[in-house]
Amino acid sequence: MTSHEFIIIGGGIVGAAIAEGLARQGKDVGVLDEGDVAIRAARGNLGNVWVQGKGAAYPAYADLTRQAALDWGALAERLQAQTGIDIHFRAPGAVYLCFTDADLENRAATMRQANEKTAIDNPYEMLDHAALARMIPQIGPDVAGGSFSAMDGTANPLYLLRALIQSTQMQGGAYYPDSGVTTIREYADGFEMQTAKGIARARHVVLGAGLGNATLAPQLGMFGGVRPVRGQIMVTERMQPFLPCGTNFIRQTVEGGCGIGESSEEAGFDTGTTIDILAETARRATRAFPHLAHARIVRSWGALRIMTADGVPVYQMKGFGPDGTSKATVVSVHSGVTLAPFHCDALARQIGALALEPDIVKSFSAERFDV
Amino acid sequence: MFEQLKTATPLETVNVTLDGVAITLPKGMTLAAALLVHGAYPLRTSPVQGPDGPKQRAPYCMMGVCFECLVEIDGKPNQQSCLAQVRDGMVVNRQDGAPDIKGDRT
Amino acid sequence: MIDLIIIGAGPAGMTAALTAQECGLKVVVLDEQLRPGGQIYRNVLDTSKDTILGPDYFDGRTLAQRFLASGVDYRPGAQVWRIDDDGVCFTGPDGASILRARHVLLAVGAMERPVPTRGWTLPGVMTAGAAQIMLKASGVVAPNAVFIGSGPLLFLIVAQYLRAGVAVKAVLETTPRGNYASALRHAGGALRGWRYVRKGMGMLSEIRRAGVRIEKIDSYTLAGRDHLETVDYVVAGQARQIGCDTALIHQGVIPAVQASLSSGCAHDWNAAQVAWLPKADASGRTDKDWLRVAGDCRGIAGALSAQLSGELAALAIAQDQNRVTADEIAARTKRVRAKLNTDNAVRPFLDQLYLPRPDLLAPTNDDVTICRCELVTRGQIRQAVSEGCPGPNQMKAFTRSGMGPCQGRMCGPVVTQTMAAMTGLSPAAVGHYRIRSPFRPVTLHEMAQCAEAPDQKAT
Repeated sequence: MTSHEFIIIGGGIVGAAIAEGLARQGKDVGVLDEGDVAIRAARGNLGNVWVQGKGAAYPAYADLTRQAALDWGALAERLQAQTGIDIHFRAPGAVYLCFTDADLENRAATMRQANEKTAIDNPYEMLDHAALARMIPQIGPDVAGGSFSAMDGTANPLYLLRALIQSTQMQGGAYYPDSGVTTIREYADGFEMQTAKGIARARHVVLGAGLGNATLAPQLGMFGGVRPVRGQIMVTERMQPFLPCGTNFIRQTVEGGCGIGESSEEAGFDTGTTIDILAETARRATRAFPHLAHARIVRSWGALRIMTADGVPVYQMKGFGPDGTSKATVVSVHSGVTLAPFHCDALARQIGALALEPDIVKSFSAERFDV
Repeated sequence: MFEQLKTATPLETVNVTLDGVAITLPKGMTLAAALLVHGAYPLRTSPVQGPDGPKQRAPYCMMGVCFECLVEIDGKPNQQSCLAQVRDGMVVNRQDGAPDIKGDRT
Repeated sequence: MIDLIIIGAGPAGMTAALTAQECGLKVVVLDEQLRPGGQIYRNVLDTSKDTILGPDYFDGRTLAQRFLASGVDYRPGAQVWRIDDDGVCFTGPDGASILRARHVLLAVGAMERPVPTRGWTLPGVMTAGAAQIMLKASGVVAPNAVFIGSGPLLFLIVAQYLRAGVAVKAVLETTPRGNYASALRHAGGALRGWRYVRKGMGMLSEIRRAGVRIEKIDSYTLAGRDHLETVDYVVAGQARQIGCDTALIHQGVIPAVQASLSSGCAHDWNAAQVAWLPKADASGRTDKDWLRVAGDCRGIAGALSAQLSGELAALAIAQDQNRVTADEIAARTKRVRAKLNTDNAVRPFLDQLYLPRPDLLAPTNDDVTICRCELVTRGQIRQAVSEGCPGPNQMKAFTRSGMGPCQGRMCGPVVTQTMAAMTGLSPAAVGHYRIRSPFRPVTLHEMAQCAEAPDQKAT
């Protein structure tokens, strides 16, 4: 039987970040992960550390995102120093591409709104076609312009995940692959979980199981309101660098390949792709950068994002046991890459201290969905 | 070293440009085989640098599986030369690292 | 509406096409080569090399002639890159397009088993299969090459070289001595297999008579700076070296499963063939009703079995589409199955005899490159396993193994077997890369073309 003070259910970017943070505090942590074919959001992510426009209607989320983006460089440095893994974090800014003048106007409005009630400002610039072409010469004639924010960055989500899991282990945490959790219940002064490899027990648990939270959290009477939203992604072969910054649906990685994806579909748990959407995504990508017509795609897949009803994270902590001192924390987030610094620092600290801070509770509790 | 069977009936040759130089190759032959006979290999360096520098690569499987025989054909990079046939006027370039994808070439 | 799309025009694909057409199905055959025959009967309509290639090769000629004369909608030079329930996408001489049909039959054959050793990425190192393809398709040979490995094809190509008057520097045979004894335990098969063994011994003595040096070796590595310069090998504990500029490697062939894996149909690990095979019934039905498999891509069985399995698959599809009744094809199915059983009886014997040495299936030196495209070494695989990496897909994510242009064709089976060797799990428990479309690299332009032709989708 596996037993730890803290058990994190889910070894994706979210679960691993919290585990890493707890392990760094010296807590006794175990991560229960699924096996090799888990629905892993890390694999379905372009790797944008995306700030601009996010939380336009939800200032607290915008601020959380902006602070995380500001902290990203330090996280990348720390993880590299700890594990030797280069996460390929770069912060050259990013452009949100608009194909029509109407899109450009809407975008300008969104960007204005996103800076209205926030504590941290997101400086940005609206670019017309000519200004954009100076920045990225290969931009296509169909692109009307876009918004540029220097706060945005990019990273490799796969290396981030690897570094988080490795750092967790280097600091005494335990990582259990092939140990997906099927059921969880209160047990004595803590929790008991049934995993693919037997029973696990913990004093405190964190539910960072992505879409798995939908079935696990309700077993503790907690928030399970997440659904899969599919995004079809395609990746090209390596090519010479041409894209000096991120964009909203195309990113060139440090290795040279381009990740391309922008669809958003309600497709249940189907991680497949459809030719219509792939073809449309390819068409839009070549409108953005006509030379990409000659770039070769080597893979495509359907990635499942973890979406709450309003697209904003849920952080929820609840006490269990006779005196309520045994804590379960539900973390349901779709932007695990961008928010990684928050998850492995501030959030992990609050979970380690067994209490979420009031402003987190106020802005991100599940109660906002109760009507 | 590769050569054409001495017993084989000689094939008609056509003009091909290889790395900017005019050469002749047997018409209709698999491009990869023709380049091997011509002595024009390695065909490329790997886009991934090894610890001791770039890696030279040449055809390996000749059946479309290994993707080692990639060359630029008529401006299109990363074409499998083992699946292409020598044509008159073909412009072939050996590759150095990841290709530079260029604009419209059609 | 197309009834059946057949992918591959080798022995299985051609036979299936002829059979399906006989049953009244509207068939389209897509093949990446420009001429029918597949790899085994590559360029088979060309008679100029018959004395070199031998009678087994031109066995396929009649079939190819019948296929071409049949009027089946045959599209050579078509590279298929996506097979899903929403259609088959391919790029042909006129660009990319999508076709839809009630059934898809994969008859895409086999590939050389990838055998990573030190130096296997050097220019000058190729597969013996590559040598044979060059000989058949282009009349191109590599004089003074060293042949290394095991299996009937190795000796066949050496014998063909000698018949063509091409000098062979040496043959280094890796078949473990113990394989002969364990193969003979497959008694029934061995009896039938005797024919194959005798044929093999015939070739062996042909090679010996030509004065070619043949050595039974324990291990080898390939060395050189920018090109192969030497083969270093061990015979009975003694280190030896041969200087050469070409080495031709062979450890048998494995089913080409990239297409079937990408469709998401179930695959099983086959311990005898040391390879993944699509899970399929006798008629090639996979667990996706619209997808069928025939020939070597469903399990290595050779050209004759490929033809028979192509025939069976086509009959079953015709029956599933109500073109023939079970009664009408019962006798024929029974006859084909009987022939298939006879031809397959030798397989366990051959599989056992030519089972590669374990260290060739899963390298033991950390500096061996396993993923040729992304230069991932065995040492990097070992490091990730030690971090708890649970399988090949997380391995891909953590090391980029399998992420290059070959899309994991070359490293996929090796990563599975290496992880199995490191963890003590079976290859079946380790699992395989999830293969996704496009299973051949395609340009964004080609991908976009599949949306631009809405009328074509209706066909």
